[in-house]
Amino acid sequence: MQIRPILAALRRHRLATMLVALEIALACAVLCNACFLIANRVALLHVVSGVDETALATVQLTGYEDSHAVDLNARVLAGLRSIPGMQSVSVLNSIPFGARRGTAGITLDMAGQHFGGVVEFYVGGPGSMQALGLHVTSGRAPQVDDFRTFEGLMPTDASVQITRSLAEHLWPGTDPLGKDFWLDKWHYRVVGVIDHLVRPDPSNWQGDSKDWSIFVPALPGKYLAGSYLLRADPKDISRVLRDARTTIAKIAPDAVFDEEGSKTLSDLRTDSFRQDRAMVGMLVGVIIALLLVTALGIVGLVSFWVAQRRKQIGIRRAIGATRADILNYFQTENFLIVTFGIVLGMLLAFALNLLLMKHYELPRLPLYYLPIGALILWGLGQLAVLGPALRAAAVPPVVATRSV
Amino acid sequence: MFAYYLDLAVRSLKRNKVLTALMVLAIAVGIGASMTTLTVMHLLSGDPLPGRSGTLFYPQVDADPTNDYSHAEPLDVMDYRSAVDLWSAHRADRQTLVVDSKLKVHAPEVNLPPLMEMMLSTTSDFFPMFDVPFQYGSGWSADDDAKHARVAVISADLNNKLFGGTNSVGHTLRLRDTDVRIVGVLKPWRPSPQFYMVAGGRFANGQTDDFYTKPEDVFTPFTSGLEINDGNFWQFTCWHMPDTPGHLQNAPCVWIRLWVELGGAAKVADYRSFLAGYAAQQKALGRITHADNTRLRSLMQWLDFNHVVPSDVHLQTWLAFAFLAICLFNTVGLLLAKFLRRSGEIGVRRALGASRRAVFAQCLVEAGLIGLLGGIGGWLLTLTGLWLVRRQPSAYADLAHLDAPMFFATFVLAIMVSLLAGALPALRASRIAPALQLKTL
Repeated sequence: MQIRPILAALRRHRLATMLVALEIALACAVLCNACFLIANRVALLHVVSGVDETALATVQLTGYEDSHAVDLNARVLAGLRSIPGMQSVSVLNSIPFGARRGTAGITLDMAGQHFGGVVEFYVGGPGSMQALGLHVTSGRAPQVDDFRTFEGLMPTDASVQITRSLAEHLWPGTDPLGKDFWLDKWHYRVVGVIDHLVRPDPSNWQGDSKDWSIFVPALPGKYLAGSYLLRADPKDISRVLRDARTTIAKIAPDAVFDEEGSKTLSDLRTDSFRQDRAMVGMLVGVIIALLLVTALGIVGLVSFWVAQRRKQIGIRRAIGATRADILNYFQTENFLIVTFGIVLGMLLAFALNLLLMKHYELPRLPLYYLPIGALILWGLGQLAVLGPALRAAAVPPVVATRSV
Repeated sequence: MFAYYLDLAVRSLKRNKVLTALMVLAIAVGIGASMTTLTVMHLLSGDPLPGRSGTLFYPQVDADPTNDYSHAEPLDVMDYRSAVDLWSAHRADRQTLVVDSKLKVHAPEVNLPPLMEMMLSTTSDFFPMFDVPFQYGSGWSADDDAKHARVAVISADLNNKLFGGTNSVGHTLRLRDTDVRIVGVLKPWRPSPQFYMVAGGRFANGQTDDFYTKPEDVFTPFTSGLEINDGNFWQFTCWHMPDTPGHLQNAPCVWIRLWVELGGAAKVADYRSFLAGYAAQQKALGRITHADNTRLRSLMQWLDFNHVVPSDVHLQTWLAFAFLAICLFNTVGLLLAKFLRRSGEIGVRRALGASRRAVFAQCLVEAGLIGLLGGIGGWLLTLTGLWLVRRQPSAYADLAHLDAPMFFATFVLAIMVSLLAGALPALRASRIAPALQLKTL
């Protein structure tokens, strides 16, 4: 196929060619960045929580007096444990994808000069760590005497387990076991490292901080109450939670059952990312509409060109061009225009990405998005041009002998 | 002439229905997408108190004595001491303290299980300052503030829930274990955003949905509320750990917001120097160290500073306009094809004496008509889009409705876009040389 005659023809339709190329360029820029946004959101949806979500549920109680907390804990723990199918019930202040009650900034020295970062303190009673299904990869899990009573927001001195990514952030390249850190004047010592434990509220995840959690063993009491972790077989968990609700109404009429907060962890996870799923849906919608509009634009314009060149096509056919030649001509023409658009579009895609990076804390667009975007647009162009090109190929040579 | 062009345009559009449908569809989809996002933007970034917002100000002092960070900005809300001192000084036309907390609400006369609701503890000026509309009764008096009166104002929602929407003034409400007398019931009140509680937007990572939640359901005098729900107040942040969680009066924490009303530039300047004076005095007393770090932002400045519009909404708007641009290019191409296909016809008109202007005008009328049709489609798609937004799980979902200005904006935008798209093809069409076209006929 000779390209030069096509280029010569395109030069005579500079404006229309430019328009299609610009449309392709814009589509390429939006397509690449929208796909990248989708990939980012989808990655967020699949974040590793580190806990056995399918086997867990939480019951959140409010409205009771702090002075009744100890009594409430005793009643609730005993009552919920009697539910058939319940494997364990424990007290845990924050819940992955749920309530957030232990967010604080820690320091690596007692004077508070060396800031470590904002982390989540999961303060949990006996059994909560096993219930969560956390894996201690080095050091040790909490032992019986690690669980102590405390006054105030949190234990003021404790042996704790931290996540690997937090350890890596606080003490890069060194063994975190035995290291100390402080929360204001309160002191904690690392005795174990856990694989993963996600922070509760996804809106607080910045960069790597989504896994910066600390497990603090403590005994339930005045300030560790009302937030319970239930574990049961994944098949039973919904039923167990329903039973828990009716049980609570009987054994703790003085407390208010928090409907929004008391769910299975799978449901809480789904709720946490509703917004992101809606955004993914919208982005997919935009991409489909965008490809459709672009394709229809190409169909419209090429149809016009075919109608305009009907006579020339007839002449070409009369002097020996085959149908395949005509088809090829329009396909090559489209390929050239789309390629021109894509080259422009790649630059635009990068410019758009720079803008997004500046305003929305988005990472840099990986290079492999560009060839994928290009392939999609080439395919789209060829598909769109096929109909009109086939019609062009069907023009009989006899047209050449007629006037208009 | 316009009517004639319109007639010609209708005939021309009828001639090639597929091409017309393509163009109308492209414009409709582009307009639908951009108007949906623009309407959401318009609703979220608007002035929550038109006409009054210019007189409302948000004072800040920096009570944090530590040097852990740069102190480029004072903390977003105030500690108890500063807030109460500034409020008690009564140096503004009106001033109000606000702090929210969650508590158990029960109506002893009504047989319903207790509810957990948000309570706003504030001072009597809150209602007149923020133009809060009352259905029954009224707010409480400054005297009630001083006497720690056990009174409350409730929202229309809570009144519907507990008292079936009837006049509940004079009835009793049990807040935690304290009985209060209802003195007022609000009309449905939904400021967007919930401006008086906005703070911390710069730490929100663009996820500022929470600024658009509904106002609290129970309002009590500041002093009474602090007593009733003692032990359940949450800090915005602390520079040292509080001794008693939930009881923050003497804690090294910030948790209270102060709003002042200042009518006129002179009063604003006066208050600014009063604020600076207060900070300097507190520094002399040794309570604070960053005395020069005070701010007095107006309501709208404060909303801007907090980037109240969620970043996802911005992103969607940009995306929608990029999409509209693609639709625009598409329409330009199709219009070009359409006009140039009629070269012969235009040649005849030119030969018969039509000026270039006339041809240009005729083409633009046709483009405008496509825009109008696209606008109708765009309007329907905008309504569909807003319906989708209302089904989204965001705090502002219930706000998404098309108001009159945005309805007209839909058509203005559609026609403007189509005229813009039509300009270049129309110019091309008007440049057609009549002689060349006549020869080929």
